[in-house]
Amino acid sequence: MMLKAIVAGLLAFMTLPTVVVIAVSVNPTAILSFPPSGFSLRWYENALTYPQFQRAAVNSLWVTVGSVALALPIGTAAALALERGRLRLPTLWATLLLSPLVVPGVAAGLGFLILAASLGMIRSRAVLIAAHVALVLPFVVRSVWVSVRNLDATLERAAASLGATPWRTFRRVTLPLLRPGLFAALLFAVVVSVNEFVVSLFISNRVTEILPVAMYSYVVNYTDPTIAAMSTLFITATFAVVWVADRFVGLGRVFLHHR
Amino acid sequence: MKLLLAPALTVIALFAVALGCLLQYSVLTFIPGSLQTGGFTLENFKNVLAPQYLGVIWDTVWLSAATTALTLMAAYPVAYALARTDSSRVRSAILVLTLAPFFTGAIVRTYAWILVLGNAVITWPIPMLFTERGVLVGLVHFSMPTMILMLAAGISHIDPVYERAAASLGARPARVFWRVTLPLSLPGIVSGSLIVFAWTLSAYPTPALLGGGKVQMIATVVKDRGLDSFNWPGAAAFALLALAMTIVLLAGVGRAGTRAA
Repeated sequence: MMLKAIVAGLLAFMTLPTVVVIAVSVNPTAILSFPPSGFSLRWYENALTYPQFQRAAVNSLWVTVGSVALALPIGTAAALALERGRLRLPTLWATLLLSPLVVPGVAAGLGFLILAASLGMIRSRAVLIAAHVALVLPFVVRSVWVSVRNLDATLERAAASLGATPWRTFRRVTLPLLRPGLFAALLFAVVVSVNEFVVSLFISNRVTEILPVAMYSYVVNYTDPTIAAMSTLFITATFAVVWVADRFVGLGRVFLHHR
Repeated sequence: MKLLLAPALTVIALFAVALGCLLQYSVLTFIPGSLQTGGFTLENFKNVLAPQYLGVIWDTVWLSAATTALTLMAAYPVAYALARTDSSRVRSAILVLTLAPFFTGAIVRTYAWILVLGNAVITWPIPMLFTERGVLVGLVHFSMPTMILMLAAGISHIDPVYERAAASLGARPARVFWRVTLPLSLPGIVSGSLIVFAWTLSAYPTPALLGGGKVQMIATVVKDRGLDSFNWPGAAAFALLALAMTIVLLAGVGRAGTRAA
């Protein structure tokens, strides 16, 4: 009973900011107040019509689609090689592929900025996409790797012994069996890229910046609830994605061990 | 098969080159007002240890340690409930509430805390926004999902048979927890704590927005010097310090992992 109350309290602590943001986003006045003094959608209108957010949303779309489209096949290939390639020193290669995960954002960001400057590509979109590919790659490799490890190789051998070419075996047997891992990889990659902030802050300008960077500039410069409306849209989208993922994949299977 | 690794290694090589640039700039002379750099120098690293920056490093370490300790205490009950509940609905609810902030991104989460810590929502008896206390609350909230997931993964590996055995031999629930459950979840506690500590050491958005310039951590120094004063060599030295601290800590995670296996 006590444990239940404590857990409920802690979950409330985790949810409190979200609740406040949603409440403030429908507040009719520019002065932040809680509970809201009425109901208005003017900050949503403001958020959706603010030109810098529109431009940033288009940039976000390009950067996320571009980097995920590259990282998904690259990461899947790497996961197959890690499990099936009979590599010497497999842990070394795995550590190397997962390493971008542990590099502090400010270190990677400044590094990419200096690299871009020395290539004369300062604040080019290509650098932004390349950085995002490196940052989402560990999530793709990890998710797909788990699926490859659980894959029953006899099914592939059966297909091959029945005369399927290696490519056909891969397309008709391996790939469908990897679907849950690929789905999880896609989910992680999109979420990480859409929300990436620190590295992108270093390597973008007003023209190329993605949504989190544009939102950061807005928070620093203005105090009205436009960002609350923008955040609510982000939160809603995220909840929908997490809920759908839990319904169809079962997040418990990804994160918890079951006997 | 081995060739399939090549594209991924190309990406990692690019990443390594970017970090190499950092290393190169950290030993070049900064020329104020210019992105051009002078010759070799160790001045940037000497600067890192100047008294004013030593204070920043100390604040960073102190805030990270406090964040880790508070996050561990707050995350354990949630992780325990998540790993041990029999109801799949409760498990789903906890998981969604845990993962949603994990997926919402740093800016949205930090902005939410600006609202809560500012006096718009709750009138705080002591100032919270733009203080170390406020930054600490934001950092704990930020680290909770990671810690909960790492701890829950560890706790779900413990066979409940051990706990039942202890209970059947007459141990009271508190004793079962302290003598059986907690020691068996130690690997999760160690790796979760090290990861949270390492991430907090180089956290940027939380101190930048909740500290409002009054709370400096290593990452805010890197950003201020690199992007606002265009002192890339000076910023690079600090960024390398953050990188070095992270690597040392995560090597610790690796060792804790092997010992547990």
